[in-house]
Amino acid sequence: MAEIYLKKLAHSYLPNPQKPEDYALKEIDQVWEDGKAYALLGSSGCGKSTLLNIISGLLTPSQGQVLFDGQEVTQLPTEQRQIAQVFQFPVVYDTMTVYDNLAFPLRNRKQDEASIKTRVAEIADMLELTADLKKKARGLTADAKQKISLGRGLVRQDVAAILFDEPLTVIDPHLKWLLRMQLKALHQRLNRTMIYVTHDQTEALTFADQVVVMYDGYVVQIGTPQELFERPEHTFVGYFIGSPGMNVLPVSLEGATAYLNGQSLALTTRYISQPGDKLELGIRPEFTQLSPIPSAHSLTVTIKRIEDIGRHKIARADYQGREINIVIPEDQPVSVDYKYLTLDPRHIHLYANGWRLKQEASA
Amino acid sequence: MNKTWNNKAWWMVLPVVLLVAFSAVIPLMTVVNYSVQDTFGNNQFFWAGLQWFEEIVNSERFHDALGRQFLFSGIILLIEIPLGIFIAMNMPKKGWSISVCLVLMSLPLLIPWNVVGTIWQIFGRVDIGLLGAAANKLGIDYNYTRDIGDAWFTVIIMDVWHWTSLVALLCYAGLQSIPEAYYQAARIDGASKWAIFRYIQLPKMRGVLLIAVLLRFMDSFMIYTEPFVVTGGGPGNATTFLSIDLVKMAIGQFDLGPAAAFSLVYFLIILLLSWVFYTIMTNLDKQER
Amino acid sequence: MSLTLERVSKVVERDTYIYPTDLHLEAGSLNVLLGPTLSGKTSLMRLMAGLDLPSTGRVLWQGQDVTGKPVQERNIAMVYQQFINYPSMSVYENIASPLRIRGLKRQALDQRVQAAAELLKLTPMLQRKPLELSGGQQQRCALARALVKEADLVLLDEPLANLDYKLREELREELPRIFTASGAVFVYATTEPTEALLLGGQTATLWEGRLTQFAPTLEVYRQPNSMTTARVFSDPPMNFLQLSKQGNQLKFDTGETLQASGGLTNLADTVYSLGFRPNHLSLAPTSPDALSFQVTVTVVEISGSESFVHLKHGEQRWVALLSGIHEPAPNTGLTAYVDPKHLYVFAADGSLISLSTHPERLRN
Repeated sequence: MAEIYLKKLAHSYLPNPQKPEDYALKEIDQVWEDGKAYALLGSSGCGKSTLLNIISGLLTPSQGQVLFDGQEVTQLPTEQRQIAQVFQFPVVYDTMTVYDNLAFPLRNRKQDEASIKTRVAEIADMLELTADLKKKARGLTADAKQKISLGRGLVRQDVAAILFDEPLTVIDPHLKWLLRMQLKALHQRLNRTMIYVTHDQTEALTFADQVVVMYDGYVVQIGTPQELFERPEHTFVGYFIGSPGMNVLPVSLEGATAYLNGQSLALTTRYISQPGDKLELGIRPEFTQLSPIPSAHSLTVTIKRIEDIGRHKIARADYQGREINIVIPEDQPVSVDYKYLTLDPRHIHLYANGWRLKQEASA
Repeated sequence: MNKTWNNKAWWMVLPVVLLVAFSAVIPLMTVVNYSVQDTFGNNQFFWAGLQWFEEIVNSERFHDALGRQFLFSGIILLIEIPLGIFIAMNMPKKGWSISVCLVLMSLPLLIPWNVVGTIWQIFGRVDIGLLGAAANKLGIDYNYTRDIGDAWFTVIIMDVWHWTSLVALLCYAGLQSIPEAYYQAARIDGASKWAIFRYIQLPKMRGVLLIAVLLRFMDSFMIYTEPFVVTGGGPGNATTFLSIDLVKMAIGQFDLGPAAAFSLVYFLIILLLSWVFYTIMTNLDKQER
Repeated sequence: MSLTLERVSKVVERDTYIYPTDLHLEAGSLNVLLGPTLSGKTSLMRLMAGLDLPSTGRVLWQGQDVTGKPVQERNIAMVYQQFINYPSMSVYENIASPLRIRGLKRQALDQRVQAAAELLKLTPMLQRKPLELSGGQQQRCALARALVKEADLVLLDEPLANLDYKLREELREELPRIFTASGAVFVYATTEPTEALLLGGQTATLWEGRLTQFAPTLEVYRQPNSMTTARVFSDPPMNFLQLSKQGNQLKFDTGETLQASGGLTNLADTVYSLGFRPNHLSLAPTSPDALSFQVTVTVVEISGSESFVHLKHGEQRWVALLSGIHEPAPNTGLTAYVDPKHLYVFAADGSLISLSTHPERLRN
């Protein structure tokens, strides 16, 4: 177990990077705490795999250092870094039994069979694999294979961090729930540092203590799932997290009042903005409400479609050429006549050039 | 389903059926015809029943040739398969050197059989051959026309030279299909080179290895041209393999009846072995699933 | 236009891929095949397309028997999970390829290609090669090719499975509109219940080669006809428990005994399975009728706006999906509540028993 310090780290796949665009991973300087669960979240090509490969030792960064518990490991190859990894597609030793698979890393490290036996039994019990120990790994289902890959990391006492590279890709939805929950329970029990790379927000948010949202090589925000949901620092985070993502509308600002094409909206506080900033208002679909009766600050919208997805409904509305999504709880009525939209002022955020505006010190 | 399929499709198969009939079935029937008859020339044939078969199956000459054949195939498999795997594992994984390597490796495969034989026949000659002359200059008594051991050595080395690259290329294709994640996982698990070979590369190569063994076994079991050109089956009968013996019998001695029976027995042995291999392969395949 | 399967089955050696299945799909309809991996989605699609010959039964197209008619002679388009395009052709040529085969005049061809590209937002990259595009764009190119073909039957086999979550969300929203407008019969296979709900249309649930229910998507979701369908069509997984009813008493497999309430009072005395969705399990009573259960917290997952509280009820694993942030510590004992109107009651054979309160669920 270890704390991971990414010191002034950046990477470019080009030999002589000049511009920021040349970098697949822009400079970061961060400490990831020992025993916590982190998720790297972003769409493909955002740099999350580059970062994972730097941590695992597959890639040497073009700039900066990686430190595990203060020890520099930047130049060390994977096998000397004391990490474990679970890959996108299950990697098991087909010809071995489940027991031998789990014992493999310990046998390679020349541990005695008796201690291997107790350790494997312990881990198999945790992963609910005890019944399968004598079976050949080849015949097992994808989720059992993924548990074996994880188990090979868990049997070792010396592992600094366990890395997960989209581990649930090939798992069926109903088993995803079970496996993810078991993973989470294991983390709470073992307190190992875990790093989980994914493009799936549900996986990232439910698994991690801290989610690292990446976009175009930048780390855009690091925070708890709740922070990312309630206070997205960038419109990208707002869009990327949440289904559907945050509604973003261009506004103009005057003290504590925002103007949406002339319609005024009262805000809870005043914001400071620079002239020339591109100002936008962000509000999550969950914090909007449709009503058949107009109110003081309601927007008049046209409901284009109402999608009932079982546990809630999503209304797709049009407000002066812009699409606004509204989430309506299962037990609330809605129809196309509900054309007055109110935004909960406590959950309105203002963004200048994409970044969240800080509120003015209480005026 | 009692619906009839499109019958036109059968016409498409007709050319192949005709081709196979002319190239395989009709000649085979001729051989069967010869194998149960005796002739003293003048196109006069006498019914001989299974006499030739009994003679062949019980003859020492056939047993010896069969023994030599199995020994030869066994030795070349024992050399070519491990050597092929070894070469494949040491071939470059990326870059321009792959193509250079592949071209060099395929060269022996492109040379006609009789040319391979001629190359080694000359290469091993004591008077002018690079190998033969050099060995003798170094004081090694090497002469494949006199010494049985030297003759076997030459024939085996020639086959290894000719065919190991086929095994290597097949294994290389097998190795290339192993995803990088497996190697990475093994490194993380602290696996030694041997463990990586034993638990990742070998299991993943098993399919191609079976094909390589099958191809090499069948091919070597039917070998004719190369040893015939180099040693002519000698010294004595030391390198007279089944096919060489068969030709001696049929064309050298013109014993058409026994030779026909010989070739049918030969054919049946190959068929049997192919069936054994096929069964093993399909069974292993089922286990896989 | 319509596609009908009559007692169609597929057996290969000793394995039954599809048990005898009846299905009728209308033109302009979007039909979702929902089921886990290996439940028979792809097998069923191959039978519909004529790529495979059924072991029994007939395939009818507009009432005409087309069983055994090869796929080349039917007007069918198929999109796969893998992004399949011609790598050496430009996006434009890829989209145009089915029209070239048909020998369309250049002007008409250009018009159709441009229209399809516009619809799938590919106009800026028409001259690029597929491999220079992102995964989402590659799949849109494959979709455009299927669309431009104006096929009678369009089969989409998990087309979004290899795409990023967010991209999937966007395409999912667009797909139903793009496809139903063209008037063909659409079949869309997926493993994800949420995807089926977002697509709407009709859903056929599949489990181990059997089609368990086929009806409008929301109806299947709200009124699953069996425990199997309910299990296939739930994400997060549905919660279950065993119940035996004796008079006014409900005895549960954990030893708990409760007073029958709501629609449960009308049930005959015997053994049942109860099922309810995670979003209907709450940690505070929602109605006076609510049944209460003693549960233990195992893990809590927080998605930002919602909390998934994993619970143990006896030996059963349950999930409660609560809105807002709730973080009870693991191993805490809690009382969980379910309103009887949200309960599904299944008979011993797994079939749904309709309670008097159920029609209400269909309405809301």
